[in-house]
Amino acid sequence: MLAKRIIPCLDVKNGRNVRGVKFSADIDAGDPVELATRYDAEGADELVFYDITASSDGRSIVMDLVQQVSERVFIPLCVGGGIRTYDDVRAILKGGADKVSINSAAVLDPQIITRSAESFGSQCIVAAIDALRRPDDGSGTPSWEIYINGGRKATGIDALEWVDELVRRGAGELVLNSIDADGTRDGYDIELNRAVAERVDVPLVASGGAGTTEHIYQVLTEGKASAALAASIFHFQVYSIPEVKTYLSDRGVTVRHYEP
Amino acid sequence: MIAIADYGMGNLRSVEKAFQYLGQEAFITEDPAAVRGASHLVLPGDAAFGDAMLNLRAAGWDVAINDHVASGRPFLGICVGLQLMFATSEEMGQHTGLELFPGRCRRFPAKERVPQIGWNQISIQRPCAILHGIEEGSFFYFVHSYYVEADVAEESVAVTDYGISYTSIAARDNVFGVQFHPEKSQKVGLRLLANFAALK
Repeated sequence: MLAKRIIPCLDVKNGRNVRGVKFSADIDAGDPVELATRYDAEGADELVFYDITASSDGRSIVMDLVQQVSERVFIPLCVGGGIRTYDDVRAILKGGADKVSINSAAVLDPQIITRSAESFGSQCIVAAIDALRRPDDGSGTPSWEIYINGGRKATGIDALEWVDELVRRGAGELVLNSIDADGTRDGYDIELNRAVAERVDVPLVASGGAGTTEHIYQVLTEGKASAALAASIFHFQVYSIPEVKTYLSDRGVTVRHYEP
Repeated sequence: MIAIADYGMGNLRSVEKAFQYLGQEAFITEDPAAVRGASHLVLPGDAAFGDAMLNLRAAGWDVAINDHVASGRPFLGICVGLQLMFATSEEMGQHTGLELFPGRCRRFPAKERVPQIGWNQISIQRPCAILHGIEEGSFFYFVHSYYVEADVAEESVAVTDYGISYTSIAARDNVFGVQFHPEKSQKVGLRLLANFAALK
């Protein structure tokens, strides 16, 4: 049976890992290569490297880290943050990443998804969205708005309509970042994940808000996510990956247990 | 010396790195003629079936692969590399493959999320040299939208469930294909690659 995935995310700034709260970063959380090695030994199912400087210098730092990690870590590596052009996508894949996560660039020019998926295959093109819950309009149906530039700029685009388009254009997987939940450790936005899961057929990665093992369990069951991404609970060793996986398998969720 | 076929598709470096990590000599080559000096040949791939076959034929890889296989030297197809070893595919039109195995590639049924992305288990159907020391039910990393349907049951060495039960490892003599990415499957994947490298 296909296992639910647990994915630690490393937010990289100036070669260090940092963590953010509601999208504003900056507490040093360690050396990314050391962390990646630890997560590999603990049985992480994938690793995401997120370049939060989003500059060309930042990119080369992240790609250098990916190179170092890929010498000894044999799990899928995904790189995101600051991707602007098709050439960026190509360079990241050539640099040794297995997948590229595209966010703001897709809003500014959706062709980047189409073209990248056609050239490299949907399996390595991940579309990430940053969604902020709209104020309750009294209809009882929740809705979310897409933000870009690290959650700073509203676009007026409805999140559920946007995910349809991303999939139509060839995104092979979606990462759903909840701006409301990011860094709060109050739990994922279950409704957002569930609403998207019921609309599209590609795998979904829930992101933003993990604080407890129960939160992860909820988003993988009620939220119908295929994978859960988390940063600070792993970086600060609130939980280890085996602890999370044991909690999940005790409750009937299929996960992959790993012994190095 | 293990040759890794570069026909313009896929993340080949990770396959090379995995063999090097295991202490094996491996090299990536765009030149099918370079395979004559290699003991083993690996055909990776992440691309669409039709494009991949066009590239293989254009560079003469189809002939080089057939020669290598006919000589009895070990051959391993990975992911789309496995799919290409079969006779036909329905991915974006009808395509003819390398025809090393009778059978075809089909798209996953609509009830599952496609592509399948993540760690899934193999159910071992019969003994196989590349599975030495690998337990029944082991998890490997899969990424694919199409699966192979083998016509000859004896050539289906392991199967995996994703909406349907499909062939995740095919083998005959020294010819092997795996649907998952052993180079991205941690310890168990490295074990499979080490088993392959140890074949004569």
